[in-house]
Amino acid sequence: MNPYASRRYIISAIFIATVLIYLLRLAYIQIIDLSYKYSAENNSRRYVTQYPARGVIYDRNGKMIAYNEAAYDIMVTPIQLKPFDTTEFCNLLNITPKYVRDNIRLARKYSIYRSSVFLKQISAETYAVFEEKMYKYPGFFVQTRTLRKYQKKIAAHVLGYVGEADDNVIKKEPYYKMGDYIGISGIEKSYETELRGKKGVNILLVDVHNRVKGSFQNGRFDTTAVAGADLTTSLDASLQEYGEYLMQNMSGSIVAIEPSTGEILAMVSMPTYDPALLIGRSRAANYAALQRDPLKPLFFRPVMAKYPPGSTFKLLNTLIGLKEGVLSTETRYSCAGGFHFGNRVLKCHNHPSPLNLTAAIAISCNAYFCNVFRSIVENREFGSSEAGYQQWYDYVKAFGFGRKLNSDVPNELNGYVPTVKYYDKFHGAHHWNAYSIISLSIGQGELGITPIQMANMAATIANRGYYYTPHVVKKIRGRTNIDPRFKEKHTTPFDSTLYSIVVEGMYQAVNGAGTAGIGRLADIPICGKTGTAQNPHGEDHSIFIAFAPRNNPKIALAVYVENGGFGATWAVPIGSLMIEKYLKGSISRPALQDRMLTFKRKI
Amino acid sequence: MINRKENMASGIDWITVVVYVVLVLIGWINIYAAVYNEEHKNIFDFSQRYGSQMILIAAAFIIATVIILVDLKVFTVSAYLLYGACILLLMLVLVVGQKVNGARSWFRIGSFGLQPAEFAKVATALALAKFMGSENIKFNNSSTFVIIGIIIGLPMLLILLQPDAGSLLVYLSFSIVLFREGLPGAFLLFGFMLGVLFITSLLLSKLLIVSIIVGAGFVAFAFFTGRYRETGLGFLLFSGLSLLLWAISAIGHLGLDYYYIIAASFVVSGIAFLVVSFFRKIRFLASFVLFLLGAILFTFSVDYVFHHALEEHQRTRMNILLGLESDPLGMGYNVNQSMIAIGSGGVLGKGFLQGTQTKYNFVPEQSTDFIFCTVGEEWGFVGTSVVIGLFLFLLLRIVAMAERQRSVFSRVYAYSVASIFFFHVAINVGMTIGLLPVIGIPLPFFSYGGSSLWSFTVLLFILLKLDSSRLELFR
Repeated sequence: MNPYASRRYIISAIFIATVLIYLLRLAYIQIIDLSYKYSAENNSRRYVTQYPARGVIYDRNGKMIAYNEAAYDIMVTPIQLKPFDTTEFCNLLNITPKYVRDNIRLARKYSIYRSSVFLKQISAETYAVFEEKMYKYPGFFVQTRTLRKYQKKIAAHVLGYVGEADDNVIKKEPYYKMGDYIGISGIEKSYETELRGKKGVNILLVDVHNRVKGSFQNGRFDTTAVAGADLTTSLDASLQEYGEYLMQNMSGSIVAIEPSTGEILAMVSMPTYDPALLIGRSRAANYAALQRDPLKPLFFRPVMAKYPPGSTFKLLNTLIGLKEGVLSTETRYSCAGGFHFGNRVLKCHNHPSPLNLTAAIAISCNAYFCNVFRSIVENREFGSSEAGYQQWYDYVKAFGFGRKLNSDVPNELNGYVPTVKYYDKFHGAHHWNAYSIISLSIGQGELGITPIQMANMAATIANRGYYYTPHVVKKIRGRTNIDPRFKEKHTTPFDSTLYSIVVEGMYQAVNGAGTAGIGRLADIPICGKTGTAQNPHGEDHSIFIAFAPRNNPKIALAVYVENGGFGATWAVPIGSLMIEKYLKGSISRPALQDRMLTFKRKI
Repeated sequence: MINRKENMASGIDWITVVVYVVLVLIGWINIYAAVYNEEHKNIFDFSQRYGSQMILIAAAFIIATVIILVDLKVFTVSAYLLYGACILLLMLVLVVGQKVNGARSWFRIGSFGLQPAEFAKVATALALAKFMGSENIKFNNSSTFVIIGIIIGLPMLLILLQPDAGSLLVYLSFSIVLFREGLPGAFLLFGFMLGVLFITSLLLSKLLIVSIIVGAGFVAFAFFTGRYRETGLGFLLFSGLSLLLWAISAIGHLGLDYYYIIAASFVVSGIAFLVVSFFRKIRFLASFVLFLLGAILFTFSVDYVFHHALEEHQRTRMNILLGLESDPLGMGYNVNQSMIAIGSGGVLGKGFLQGTQTKYNFVPEQSTDFIFCTVGEEWGFVGTSVVIGLFLFLLLRIVAMAERQRSVFSRVYAYSVASIFFFHVAINVGMTIGLLPVIGIPLPFFSYGGSSLWSFTVLLFILLKLDSSRLELFR
């Protein structure tokens, strides 16, 4: 017997032990540790996003405002690159060799195996040329996207713009991935979830060189992109366009509302810009240029500009006075060139005196409304000026001032109505009374009202006491209803009989011997009120609020012309022309219209 | 003639043949899956690797049959002749061979390639068996060591010149054979410890290793001999010398590293110990001290070898394996991708032809050195267990076969076969699952290629032939 025969067991044991160790290791990497499975998926699957077309935006009459156009991103996969004719490549795409170098380096930094965007949004023409020559440039391929296209250069601010989702958004909302588009302002932002649709994905199998080898499980897990929902806005494209045409040389805004529904018919913010500037590759450069413009074209005035309301505010003071019983249609105040208190005087223009309420509204007598305001605030019933002011303040707030209306246009501001506290701080508690704040009576002072709030006041008066929250979207395709908040009727603390008195004054302002006579139309009874707001930025703002026709009003609007001087000079003609345009579709006063174009900015 | 054939068929270990055929066929199917080409779905398509592998398999079967049919003497008598021929081929390949991946290891005749190192393994096994079977070998004869050393060392030297680290390592498998034939276990243990020391000296700081060697030496000596007093005195001498050297270094601002101080003190005190052992006739102390000194010397030389003798890519592979370097897109990429492929298979695998990592070339050399990845990815843990299990079964079967031989020649040869298979499987699979460094050697019967398939077939079937005639040999 071989003396070492027992060593066969040691050798067998070594074999068995090795195999056992290997089996344990295999069990670990194949069964227990799941990270290899994820790595394998990352390795071999390429998720190709199918970008849905964004919803189309229409006006109230079904006219297309914003739609989509195919755009082409050139993608690069660094590992597939082969040396190529850079000069020809650069000429094809109209880029510099430095751009090529820099972007290939960037792409390499991201991943040499995965594709990243090399050149964004080339035009269909460039794409057609490039596609023919693409075989010469392995490693490059084209991904189709859609870009916004605009029928007319209107309503840039309302529509807003679309851009790439930034890191913050991506972190917060997992739906968005690098390079995805998202609505950044306007209704593109507020209706983002409706407009964006749903991305789809094609899962492709790729080899180590990132060459597509087929679809994963025959496309069983692929999803198709669902196009975004089309929006029908309440905007009237031709009215919007006409407003922008009239104000082309002005700064300011027009907000026009259909009083019976709260639908916004036009929302002009001047100066404006071509919405097409903020799409595509040149967006960043154009945006920077717009931002530098001293006229602030990016500033969305209808919801963000806070102006003193000027004399238009007399309408609200009238309602409060009537409601509080300190004013009646027969109340008369005399005006001796203004309102005298102490050794000071709040001036008024030259007009007959004394006046009754209707005439005071029509002629816009300052002294009259100073008296009205004083009798509200100093009403003995309340015991103190503070209490009286608080009452006044509550009415103003109830009317929709000093807070956001919560429309569907983003970036709305609150505006400002000073509180009792504010004056206590400013003058010292009990050291102020109606005279200290008398300028509120004529809509001056600390008041800050946005044009949309002003237009809403016009709509409320037109409705004789109620309003619907102004909004620009009327219908979302695939939905039966828009947000219920736009169907909710908001009432004010004043009876409709009180409104009738105000309406009569407004009618007289336009059709009687009033301040807005220039706005009169023979066949449409327009009711309106002018305003001239002093402001720290130079010449007075020219303001006009109006609605028409007097009964069953179809349109209510507010017009602001910054530094335009008297309300009657610029704002009234614009308001009147807008009303005529909307109600009749044509303009009977071309001379008045042309005069609007002669405006010269005084900045 | 008919009678003889029947005899032959009855003497053959058919179970091994079946395992062999099963492994070869599984290998073929996996090559098909690994390089599967949509445009050439037919597994018999000769333009693809799976098609040509089929031809190679058919040829291997013919070779196997021929080996069973030819006279046994071809292998027993002419063992040295075959060995000599292979040595000549190994020399020739250094001159006219084709350079592939930096190694000159291939003869290329047209589209046909041949790797002599693969066949040299068979010849070496035969020569070793012939030598050890020829006389009564005892491992206390130095000429035995020299001759065995030459038989195994000569092809190793020639392969080192190619250089082909994988094939070189496989020759270490003969140590298992020698162990079975009576080589003292201390040699294997010593070799194993050298390996451990090699790896630890790359991983740990020299100070720590030297301290451990010295400290463990003192403790072990005291423990095994019970000479606590002498050990204590020795340790005093050693620490006194260390302190002295440290003081000299500190005062003279020599800035000697601590491990130098410890090593130097131990060398000096070691000489003293040797003198003591000579006079007091404690033989064990001498060899023990020499062993420890050798270990320290080895630690220092590993550093040198690693940084000067190894090729850059071998160094990198070693570093990756030891976790000293992480480089998923460089050298570590292969191991990483290989583990991803196997790991993504899960329990049951992705299914035949459903593997993405191997098919789409994420795994390198997926039909040759990394063929095991396809098994792991498409057949999962079940598949890998079955394949490894089959190999283990084959190995144990060969060991059993070896032990039933009557001749030393056959036993030595059989153990050589088992050892070579074991090394190939262990190194190849160990590499794909990240347990061993990336060393390019084929998985027996699986990896695509004629040389390896044929040489493994020859290796196995000579054994089957020997086994079938075990009753005739040295009766």
